Amino acid sequence: MLKVDIIEHGTVVDHIQAGMGKKVLDILGIDEKSGNRVALVMNVPSQKMGKKDILKVEGVLISAEKTDAIALISPRASVNLIKDGKVVEKKQAELPESLHGVGKCPNPNCISMQEKAAGKFHLEGQKYRCEYCERVFKPAELL
Amino acid sequence: MDLISFRDLDKGTVEKIFGIAEDMDHQLERKKVEKLDGIMATLFFEPSTRTKLSFQSSAERLGLQVVDFLADRSSLKKGESFTDTIRTVDGYCDVIAMRHPAEGAARLAAEVADAPVLNGGDGANQHPTQTLLDLYTIRKLKGKIAGLNIHLVGDLKHARTMHSLVYGLGMFGAKVTMVAPKGLELEEHIVHEAEKKFNFKMESRDSIDLKDADVLYVCRVQEERFADKYEAAKVKKEFTISADYIRKGKKDLVIMHPLPKLDEIPAEVDAMPQAKYFEQARNGIPIRMACIKMLLEGA
Repeated sequence: MLKVDIIEHGTVVDHIQAGMGKKVLDILGIDEKSGNRVALVMNVPSQKMGKKDILKVEGVLISAEKTDAIALISPRASVNLIKDGKVVEKKQAELPESLHGVGKCPNPNCISMQEKAAGKFHLEGQKYRCEYCERVFKPAELL
Repeated sequence: MDLISFRDLDKGTVEKIFGIAEDMDHQLERKKVEKLDGIMATLFFEPSTRTKLSFQSSAERLGLQVVDFLADRSSLKKGESFTDTIRTVDGYCDVIAMRHPAEGAARLAAEVADAPVLNGGDGANQHPTQTLLDLYTIRKLKGKIAGLNIHLVGDLKHARTMHSLVYGLGMFGAKVTMVAPKGLELEEHIVHEAEKKFNFKMESRDSIDLKDADVLYVCRVQEERFADKYEAAKVKKEFTISADYIRKGKKDLVIMHPLPKLDEIPAEVDAMPQAKYFEQARNGIPIRMACIKMLLEGA
């Protein structure tokens, strides 16, 4: 088992679907230029999931909006906010009933794509319907 | 209130529109139409004959003035954005009727405009006034919609009228049979949504058999959808509604088509009593008058 340092102030995203850790980093807007201390552990054995990815980011407490966005690609992910070395909030990512400004419609003929309008989607079962073009998409297609 | 998508309407609202349309029909017969005040702007970003002219004619019959936006002679040519165009036109009128090739354009227009917006077609998505006039035509000719056998024939995948029509037919309890060439079937999510919402099951067939049909709704099979020209010619022939086909059907069969029709319905059929597509197009007037009135009065 790989050992990664405990973080004092930041966010731990656990139970990320294996292979999706890099996409979570994209959602959080963290790259080599952001300067944050980041640990991404991939393909960690998991009783619940078989394999999972875990992400630790020092210095960033991620917003509820970003947590919702993580749910689009990894619906079982959990988000732990850490302050002074203690978990102060634990959030389970879940598909929100509606999305506004999170995700983009993948339909190239949708006006929201052409006019660069903020995407608006409503959850129907396990899929999202674009408020503009009215087509339905899998959550991961919106990112 | 705006009229953007048939999916936004409940049965009560649709029946209310039919009620106003019937009243409009009577007023038109008497040549005495109650007048409204205001200006309608028509913004058609792509070609239209029936929808644009019938919106303009409906507005004029209601006493409104019409200002028309011509996309190829507008500031769009200078690169003005769609939303800026809508915001500008919104200041010049009381109601907007529009068509745009992008899906969702009418919804976005309704978000930025104060004036009510009527969707006259947005890409392959919705054409709610067409569905309203289709249902109104069936009801007018058959006295009901519930329980009728409605056969939808042709390229169901690309015909935007079909998306909301199956929804409307489900809403009113019709029995729907879909006959489409392979690969041009109605998309599964549209079928699934209508079936689930209205708890009914649509039938699919691969060839035309009109024996039990009360209404035959035809839409064009577009040659450009096929990579293989031989296949296109074969399918077009197979999906041509000949006079012989029609004679084998019920005497009171109603044939509908959103128009324009090309050779999928030969000219010889036009003179048959079953051919109702020009009457269907005329019903665009009372229906669009009803929609304009309802939106302007904010009912």
